[in-house]
Amino acid sequence: MKKIFKLFSIIILLSLNSYSAISAEKVEYLKTDWSFKGLFGKFDRASLQRGYQVYTEVCAACHSMKYLSYRNLSEKGGPEFSVAQAKAIAASFEVTDGPNSDGEMFTRPGKLSDKFVMPYENVKAAEAANGGAYPPDMSVLVKARGGGVDYIYSLLQGYEEAPSGMTLDDGVHYNKYMYGNKIKMSAPLSDGIIEYSDGTNASVEQMSKDVTTFLMWAAEPSLEARHQMGFKAIVYLIILTILVYFSMKRIWSRVESEV
Amino acid sequence: MSDHEYTPKSKAGKWFNDRLPLLTLANHLTDYPTPKNLNYWWTFGGILTFCLITQIVTGLTLAMHYIAHADMAFESVEHIMRDVNYGWLIRYIHANGASMFFLAVYIHIFRSLFYGSYKSPREIIWIIGIIIYLLMMAAAFMGYVLPWGQMSFWGATVITNLFSAIPLVGEGIVTWLWGGYSVDNPTLTRFFTLHYLIPFLILGLVVLHIWALHVPGNNNPVGIDIKKPSKDTVPFHPYIVIKDGFALLMFMIVFAFFVFYAPNILGHADNYIEANPLVTPAHIVPEWYLLPFYAILRSVPDKLLGVVAMLSAILILAVLPWLDTSKIRSAVFRPLYKQFYWILVADVLILGYMGAMPAEGLYLLIARVATAYYFLHFLVILPVLGLKERTIPLPLSITEPVLGGSPNMAMAKKKESKLE
Repeated sequence: MKKIFKLFSIIILLSLNSYSAISAEKVEYLKTDWSFKGLFGKFDRASLQRGYQVYTEVCAACHSMKYLSYRNLSEKGGPEFSVAQAKAIAASFEVTDGPNSDGEMFTRPGKLSDKFVMPYENVKAAEAANGGAYPPDMSVLVKARGGGVDYIYSLLQGYEEAPSGMTLDDGVHYNKYMYGNKIKMSAPLSDGIIEYSDGTNASVEQMSKDVTTFLMWAAEPSLEARHQMGFKAIVYLIILTILVYFSMKRIWSRVESEV
Repeated sequence: MSDHEYTPKSKAGKWFNDRLPLLTLANHLTDYPTPKNLNYWWTFGGILTFCLITQIVTGLTLAMHYIAHADMAFESVEHIMRDVNYGWLIRYIHANGASMFFLAVYIHIFRSLFYGSYKSPREIIWIIGIIIYLLMMAAAFMGYVLPWGQMSFWGATVITNLFSAIPLVGEGIVTWLWGGYSVDNPTLTRFFTLHYLIPFLILGLVVLHIWALHVPGNNNPVGIDIKKPSKDTVPFHPYIVIKDGFALLMFMIVFAFFVFYAPNILGHADNYIEANPLVTPAHIVPEWYLLPFYAILRSVPDKLLGVVAMLSAILILAVLPWLDTSKIRSAVFRPLYKQFYWILVADVLILGYMGAMPAEGLYLLIARVATAYYFLHFLVILPVLGLKERTIPLPLSITEPVLGGSPNMAMAKKKESKLE
């Protein structure tokens, strides 16, 4: 009887699952191999550096990344630019500082300790410059979207002609991976829009992968440390569990009872 | 309770113990006679203690770096993740620890339901447990608000708005809870204060929970009263300590997997978007452990009655010892109850699933049937079953066979004699 009920409930749950799959009409995201997935996943250093180039030359025109500092660019587990390179990158930005002793704000070249300079003063200014749509801050963007990296990677390559019968307002674009298929951001990438400093061919696919990798690191800068520590912690726990198991068997052998 | 008198061996120990009997307490805890047939479902009490302490320790550390202000909370969490040494580890342990805590507490509760641990003489243990569970839900809900993401903000809005269903004073209560006319900074600061307070209340109640447990002693899978101490029991230390330790380690492996390899899988992506009172998320969903009750809330068309149904669903558990009329504790000897037990488990799982789906169409219909069944189980099936059910004869003790007619009798006898 019990088995019948269990079976019955499993069937109900399974059928509900398939029902939800039909009703939600899920979009299949584009797939690619991410080096940072899996137990030992690590970032592809060269891809992170290229991704930073895409971000800074393309995305950063509209998208802020306010929780990152220039020093992060040279830290372990990230793009690992040399400290000198990171300093040069920071110095290429004008940072507003102050007030000075005269009570005036002033600008100076950026330092490693500065946060990434924002393209707009505030959210309102960003909206005003972008037809009312706020380009979201990219610091944790990958973690803030359901599909994660696959979603971002697909979205960047998902621009198409709108299907016939669909009218788009001015400044609205068709993207097959966007929720509702309408997006205010025009296609940001096109083949050869930037020239990679390491000579890699800057195809849309390549740039999408690199910048998404970079965004993953930006959202989860401790990912490599986490994977490494996790492996050690779990191996340690498994060994300890086995040892404790045998101790337990030994101790319980003094009484006639199963453990 | 172990009945023998304890006297410390050393003179100093005796001097101290006469003034504060901590050594007697320690002796009681180590000698505490525990049924030797407890299975692994009984290890979750220890696991839950571990969860509580983990949450308190990581929570204290997080509170040193967190800023409870509507303009700075989200940023301070990112500060913890990026700039605090091992801040990511502490936060991920705390966030996933909440889920692990609930996973363990649900197993603990359902173990009690299966083996009838809530029945006389353990009603007080059970009721304290239900209060702890309620406080856990309050703490978890308020904790989820603290990162001040979109789900934090809108979850807080939805849940606090439930109080507006109370006739006449409802609106006033909601304004009072918020400390204003919407969820805002005053709401955040008071939630933080309460989130900090509640775990210590839980800790106090856990002490009472264990104290109340140590009066009648543990229930056991057979569900019969046993003599303590006797050959049916083992001292808590080392037997139960090592067994709980082994189970805890297995639990920690699962815990570690979530923390290190899927730290965000149990959370909602929208909570990485900073709270914005002007943008409502497409679906406002609570954390997974609250979903069954959320489904009950939404399956009642009337707002007030929905809130009443949701609260009753939890509070009905407190009177369970009197709703269940059967004198037999363990479901092992209750063939019919055993089946209804598994239906209830499936029912709660279905409710949880429905809570995550939009409240429309087939989902809503199933949620309503499941809600009705939930109450039917406690209000009709349990009271009637206790009176009608034909139970299987109970054994006399854990080691001794059933009085007459048990097919296992000969085997059990043989085993006994072999050991003697």
